[in-house]
Amino acid sequence: MPTVAINGSDRELPAGATVADAVRASGAPEDGRGVAVALGGEVVPRAGWAVRELAEGEQVEVLHAVQGG
Amino acid sequence: MRFREDDRVSALRIADRDFGSRLIMGTGGFRNLDALGRAVAASGAEMATVAMRRVDASSRGSLLGVLEEHGCFVLPNTAGCFTARDAVTTARLAREALGTHWVKLEVIGDDRTLLPDAPELLAAAEELVADGFTVLPYTTDDPVLARRLEDAGCAAVMPLGSPIGSGQGILNPYNLRLIVEHAGVPVILDAGIGTASDAALAMEAGCDAVLLASAVSRAEDPGAMAVAMRKAVEAGYEARAAGRIPRRDYGRASSPAEGVAELT
Repeated sequence: MPTVAINGSDRELPAGATVADAVRASGAPEDGRGVAVALGGEVVPRAGWAVRELAEGEQVEVLHAVQGG
Repeated sequence: MRFREDDRVSALRIADRDFGSRLIMGTGGFRNLDALGRAVAASGAEMATVAMRRVDASSRGSLLGVLEEHGCFVLPNTAGCFTARDAVTTARLAREALGTHWVKLEVIGDDRTLLPDAPELLAAAEELVADGFTVLPYTTDDPVLARRLEDAGCAAVMPLGSPIGSGQGILNPYNLRLIVEHAGVPVILDAGIGTASDAALAMEAGCDAVLLASAVSRAEDPGAMAVAMRKAVEAGYEARAAGRIPRRDYGRASSPAEGVAELT
């Protein structure tokens, strides 16, 4: 049961949890439209979400577009 | 150029895209998506910026939906980044999230003034251009930096008039004129616009477009200010194209000097 930081909050995820699980846990829309993920400061392409497993202590940032600029 | 009443302002071309409006809207500062939608519609803008932030499960409505509804091309920015590394990563996240290789590149060097960090900005621009991005950098009004950004392959340069959100207008018109004079890519006045005359001045100085947010979103009536900005950008552009009269030290009568009656 790895504990990972999703957008700065520690969350316990089931063993074998992937980036896709972290995206769901973040509250992002189910289809992930308009969402991007960084893991340890690197972009994880959408195609890798379902296969990239999360390790203890990793930091996941789940971002989307907001008003700005 | 011949002016006809039905002439539309000619298209703004950036990289390989044409835009019918020379006003670009930032979406920051609006009270809600309704107010944003009304202002965007009133502004006539065809491009609007967005920022990339952490997903917030409690957020309601769809910003992208509103912009799509008004036919706005979405330009993600790297606002909030203080290093080239963070800005490059943010641009790549935006590309992944939104499926666009366009980015408004912001690398801020100072919390208080929000002025750009020139060395970091140039480094980020070079890296993003090499990675296939269409880069529109928010820059200082330094003509040399503008030239360096163009040389680095940026698709436009976006000098500030004054600090973001300050509403101080164009503090150094001379620098802006120098940038316009030498630029081979579109020059977009970005940041500092306070009211309509600032936007008109930018266009009269030869800018190709104006990007603004706070001047509209934080106005008492954002929708009405959006209309004013649309008109100001068009008026400034048309006045520039029409060719203004030179400034003179003394008056020059517009009525004939001959044929004046002797009445006393």
